Amino acid sequence: MAQSNRRASGGRIDRNRPVRFQFNGKSYEGYEGDTLASALLANGVRVTARSFKYHRPRGIVGHGPEEPATLVELDGEDASGNRPATTVPLRDGLSARSVNCWPSPDFDVSGINQLFARFIPAGFYYKTFKWPNWHLFEPTIRKAAGLAAAPAQPPSSGHFEARHAHADVLIAGAGPAGLQAALEAGRAGKRVFIADEGTEAGGSLLNRNLTINGQPAMDWVADAVQELRGMGNVTHLQNATVWAYREHNLLIVNEREPEQGSVLERSWRVRAGEVVIATGATERAMVFADNDRPGVMLASSVQAYVNRWGVAPGQRVVLFTNNNSVYAVAADLVAAGVTVEAILDSRDTVPQEALDTAQGITVHTGTVAAGVKGHKRLRAVHAVSAKSGADTWIDCDLLGHSGGWNPTVHLWSQSRSPLRFDEDLSAFVPDAAAQACRAIGAAAGDLTLDRIVQGGLDLPYAIEPLWRVDVPGQRGKAFLDLQNDVSVSDVQLALREGYDNVEHVKRYTTGGMGIDQGKTGNINIIGTVAMQKGVPLQDVGTTTFRSPYTPVSFGAIGGLREESVLFPYRHTPVTQWNKDNGAVMYEAGARWRRPGYFPKPGEGLQEAVNRECLAVREGVGVYDGSPLGTFELKGRDVPRFLDFLYSNVMSSLKPGDGRYGLMLSDDGLILDDGVAFRLDEHRWMVSTSTGHADAVNQHMEKLLQTEFPDWQVMITTVTSQWNNATICGPRARDVMQALGTDIDLSPEAFPFMSFRDGTVAGIPARVVRVSFTGELSFEVNVAPRHMAELWAKVMEAGAPFGILPVGSESSHVLRVEKGFLSLGHEVDGTVDAYDLSMGWVMSKKKPDYLGKRSVALRREGGSTRRELVGILPGDPNRQVPEGAPLTLGGRKEATEGLVTACVWSVVNERWVGLALLENGHARHGETAHVRLKDGVIPITIAKPVFHDPDGKLLRS
Amino acid sequence: MMLIPCPFCGKRNESEFIFGGPVVAARPDPNAVSDAEWVEYLTIAPNPLGPVQEKWWHARGCGEWLTIWRDTRTHDIVEAPNGSE
Amino acid sequence: MFVLLRWITQTLCERKSVCVRVNLFIDEFCSLINIVTTMQKYSLFSLARNALSGHRNWPLAWRSPPLKDQYEVVVIGAGGHGLATAYCLAKEFGITDVAVLDRGWLGGGNIARNTVTIRSNYMRDESIPFYVKSVSMYEGLTKELNFNMMHSKRTMVDVVQTWPKLRELRRRQLVMDIYGSTYEQITTDELRRRIPALTGGGPDARLPIICGMVHTDAGVNRHDAVAWGYARAADAMGVEIHQQTAVQSLIRGADGAIEGVETNQGTVRAKKVVVAVSGHTTTLTETAGLKLPLRTMNLTAFVSEPVQPLVDVIVNCPDSGFYFSQSDKGEMVIGGAPDMGQSFRRDIKQNVFEDTVTSMLSLFPSFKKLKLMRQWGGHLDIAHDASPIMDQTEVPGLFVTAGWWGGYKAIPAGGLTLAHLVAKDEPHPLMSSFTLDRFRHLDFVMEAGTTTAR
Repeated sequence: MAQSNRRASGGRIDRNRPVRFQFNGKSYEGYEGDTLASALLANGVRVTARSFKYHRPRGIVGHGPEEPATLVELDGEDASGNRPATTVPLRDGLSARSVNCWPSPDFDVSGINQLFARFIPAGFYYKTFKWPNWHLFEPTIRKAAGLAAAPAQPPSSGHFEARHAHADVLIAGAGPAGLQAALEAGRAGKRVFIADEGTEAGGSLLNRNLTINGQPAMDWVADAVQELRGMGNVTHLQNATVWAYREHNLLIVNEREPEQGSVLERSWRVRAGEVVIATGATERAMVFADNDRPGVMLASSVQAYVNRWGVAPGQRVVLFTNNNSVYAVAADLVAAGVTVEAILDSRDTVPQEALDTAQGITVHTGTVAAGVKGHKRLRAVHAVSAKSGADTWIDCDLLGHSGGWNPTVHLWSQSRSPLRFDEDLSAFVPDAAAQACRAIGAAAGDLTLDRIVQGGLDLPYAIEPLWRVDVPGQRGKAFLDLQNDVSVSDVQLALREGYDNVEHVKRYTTGGMGIDQGKTGNINIIGTVAMQKGVPLQDVGTTTFRSPYTPVSFGAIGGLREESVLFPYRHTPVTQWNKDNGAVMYEAGARWRRPGYFPKPGEGLQEAVNRECLAVREGVGVYDGSPLGTFELKGRDVPRFLDFLYSNVMSSLKPGDGRYGLMLSDDGLILDDGVAFRLDEHRWMVSTSTGHADAVNQHMEKLLQTEFPDWQVMITTVTSQWNNATICGPRARDVMQALGTDIDLSPEAFPFMSFRDGTVAGIPARVVRVSFTGELSFEVNVAPRHMAELWAKVMEAGAPFGILPVGSESSHVLRVEKGFLSLGHEVDGTVDAYDLSMGWVMSKKKPDYLGKRSVALRREGGSTRRELVGILPGDPNRQVPEGAPLTLGGRKEATEGLVTACVWSVVNERWVGLALLENGHARHGETAHVRLKDGVIPITIAKPVFHDPDGKLLRS
Repeated sequence: MMLIPCPFCGKRNESEFIFGGPVVAARPDPNAVSDAEWVEYLTIAPNPLGPVQEKWWHARGCGEWLTIWRDTRTHDIVEAPNGSE
Repeated sequence: MFVLLRWITQTLCERKSVCVRVNLFIDEFCSLINIVTTMQKYSLFSLARNALSGHRNWPLAWRSPPLKDQYEVVVIGAGGHGLATAYCLAKEFGITDVAVLDRGWLGGGNIARNTVTIRSNYMRDESIPFYVKSVSMYEGLTKELNFNMMHSKRTMVDVVQTWPKLRELRRRQLVMDIYGSTYEQITTDELRRRIPALTGGGPDARLPIICGMVHTDAGVNRHDAVAWGYARAADAMGVEIHQQTAVQSLIRGADGAIEGVETNQGTVRAKKVVVAVSGHTTTLTETAGLKLPLRTMNLTAFVSEPVQPLVDVIVNCPDSGFYFSQSDKGEMVIGGAPDMGQSFRRDIKQNVFEDTVTSMLSLFPSFKKLKLMRQWGGHLDIAHDASPIMDQTEVPGLFVTAGWWGGYKAIPAGGLTLAHLVAKDEPHPLMSSFTLDRFRHLDFVMEAGTTTAR
């Protein structure tokens, strides 16, 4: 019969809107407002899951995120795995399956594991599956674990987004305490952000029949929500979980299905002045034999299903408790027409007000539920008197149990605020706050409504702890953690073997390590450990509460930031031209995307590179040098600053001139190389390598602001204010002339390492004579708005001279032929200027500069140096892989160096390369050996320059 | 993610800043110290279980280098730069 | 005889699945006969036997003896390195009068927090042989310690997205080959075949995938088992493990040499004291007036919900800055970049975390619907040159092992080499480049392969 357990009336469901859904292939009907769990219970579905390890049949236990037993996998549009059935809102067409069983939870093949249970106690796998090796067993074991299938696709439509929010007060939880706090703060004009994980505000009041000032408590909730809605200073979110509490009062909120078009989930990063933790409390389970059987539920969940969803999960109910809260449950059940067979109360005396609440119901004091009958369906409860041992079986189809209540302190604990064990409440409660936060309501240990809202009526709590039921002779596993199948005997075994710290117990038994993070059971593990060791719970302590409070999809955490949002890329005004002209573009450091080479149709990398290189060596080429880091330095102290920054002297430069230099860190490592130009007396231009521009900027600013605050130097980053086309090659001057310029280009008037301001092709330009190719070069710098025009004009003017665009691959070849340094290649670890035959750059004259003392100290240590050399493979047509090790005789032993670069030299028509080699400077002309996996390549050691060794061309 | 007080911009998210390392002793005259003293200056940084003085660069903000005292156990900023509050 | 029997069975049963089970039994039988230590042998037989007695007769994995006032060697820190060192002192050098002291619970430091990636794809001659040794020791550890480490030699695959990274990895490949560590380049197609969930990084992506690199030596295992296995084996040889025993300061004698430690349980004297307390090294060594080039940093990790087997290798994406593997329980165990700044807080930096997640989603878009289940941080100390330090300090008798980030993979060889140093007063050849002496002339060891995500 459809919805056999649905009550005739009541519940916060819309009976006018029936919803069809599927569970494990069968069709059912529920109502709008149901969760999957309430709908399954309404339909009388008892066995909804199989357990993780033993594959025991399980039913629904809870009613919210604490649900430990029934995890489902959703199909179709909603596809997602491992969802507690209690947190899945029912919607038309929903299709869900139980995880962890095959073919169905009612008949599960792996149920056979139950027979072997005694052979697979906690930690059994540490003791076996050792031979021949674990990897052999692994595939089978992995398949057995893992719960739901991994998602196969990203969401087919919609997107995730993130938002920032700032609040004077962030309130986590919109139950009675949270709403009250929101009203107070809102009325006081504070910026309030209140978020609650449920689909509706009200928290525990949704599940209970309470009154405030004589009116139904939910009326009070509705009024509160209404008032908050009218406040412009209040942001109130439902279906939004505060899942992380970070440092400096940053909290992260996951809002599901915000009512806004295509947004699937929204991540809020909320920075709060004060955090109010009003997260309520979670009922904990009683621990007794077979406490996992379908039909054994948390008492408060039974209450929730009856009141909130109009479902009676059983007709003949036994309740088992150690506190007053179930007496209200009993009253609600009776009011709903459900038979309460008995209340088993482990306390010897029950407060009169509790008994008054449950008038007419048999109460067995000093009595526990020791075990149950029924495998897939509860049939009876074994009631045992703790004192006399007298026992009786009480027939029933539902057992609701309450081991007491735990303040939900996850967020509190995440804030790094400590907990203390409260003996009166038998629970861990918030202690002193470590950040600007406070806990209120049930989260603070005020477990009853009268203590939270004025005019609220509630039973006093009154608990006498019972951490586990221990009746001699009672058989059956008593579960502490249903999700990971951890029972009392597992904890006892762990303790017996010496795993006696609570963290050891957790790890050895895996208790509390499931998706629910042990919301219902962890405290019982702690209680069991305390009982076993005979120490107070405070001394056992809790395991760490880790974010997230409940699982959050990675999509929501990532928001919209994949790809180029996370890694933005930089490009120049020539990018479109490059693409139009067939450039192969790729990442070139510091997030620049640059052309690697410009192949003609059908041409490979090497042919294209050879063609480009030949153009530069014999005609003319042009490359876009815009990404080079460029800084303008102004002020009267720039000269002494640069003298401190660079290893060589810069202060002696005359306006208009420039110099190549090395920047070292103070521990003597090469930071960067580049050139500095003196623009005029107090203005300088410093350029750096592309990849290190940001690091050099940081370095310079740090020195100036923290070491030399009184020095007058102002640094402006102008990398993106100047773009340049660098025209290089023997015909570069011809192209410049063809472009038309008012600058005298003759080597006498405009020598190497100087710059001139003027116009080129009618565009205001600063032309710099530097060379990274070894050829005559003019670096024509213009404003970015002129760059595309300049580039087009260069290509046009250069056409008669056969000008070619040059990519970074060719730049690499050209610099290797010249033995010019590339930081990413030749600078490896502690290589210094002397190793690179650049001792001239290390000023002797200056008493101090960054790195001077350290380089000297390192060299005094006498360690063997790896020095830069050129290499010529014995076979001129044999390429040596870059990075290949050099070993003595090519033997399989420790390396004596490595090949840093190897390129086809168009001028030498052979492979040439550079290497760092132990004592390499003294070994020119000798043979060294490259060791590869499949052979040895002899190489001749040479000077690291293969073209124009005297540098005549670049000065021409 | 911390909120770091910038004297010009006020409290800003840590993601706007670049960590600049702990404040170490003043750089000695490299020509006046022993090798060991030089190495100590370069390699030994304070690593307290408690407040440490350190530099941060508001790189994605105003560009200011600032110095704060921060407790390494709690990440509380126990002393902010002048003018930031 | 048993060897012969096993060989015959193996030969006969080749390529038959049943042989696995038969061999398993034979092996367990052999092990049962060959009990050599005082430990109760863990095996299928012992498990079955104990099952029949309701598992009531399992002995303690380790004892809790009273703390003596003197030992030959005191090891501070019952983490991976401390326990492995104590074990090796007893096993390799016959030094059993050893106390391992820990302020918390054994195995509760970084060994409880790491992402269990075991590999040897380093770049330097100084590093590779050490890690090759460590990886091979890990492979034999289950047998050696009679404790299932669940070692799964499942291969690490690098997803290469930039040419400079590829150049660096090729360089590592060729040097690694000298030391017998494997690294092979595979095509993007092959990469996607091996990791079907890797659907991002296409030609139009921000960082298109260039190729993959495969390190077949790499594996994962169970970190708690490593701590417990070492503790149990060391205990069986006489080493004492004292938990909840916080060392407050180091004690030096009049001659400047180490004399022992002051703890919350009283003074313990020893002529040799080993500091193996990642993150807190300087906290302790400062009490002896010692300055070390170390700073404490935070590194975080997180796991997803458990799902059915999806990825059977360790996936490392150095250009995107994250890596992960799927645990036997089905969780994706994910790590990213370290935080900036010094920290003892074991915190999560939301911005760093979001960056890691986002770069993961760029390559694995289907993970958008996968859920985060738990995240945590751990602190570790990093040396001035980012390479480890293992040495006897200028305080005679005081030894440190520190500066390990990504030190999990180094535990077996780290324990061996440190025990060697303590026992013989000279560095083990595999660690001779990692002494404090290198700082005297700033001869840094600049390693590129230190953390997985680099």
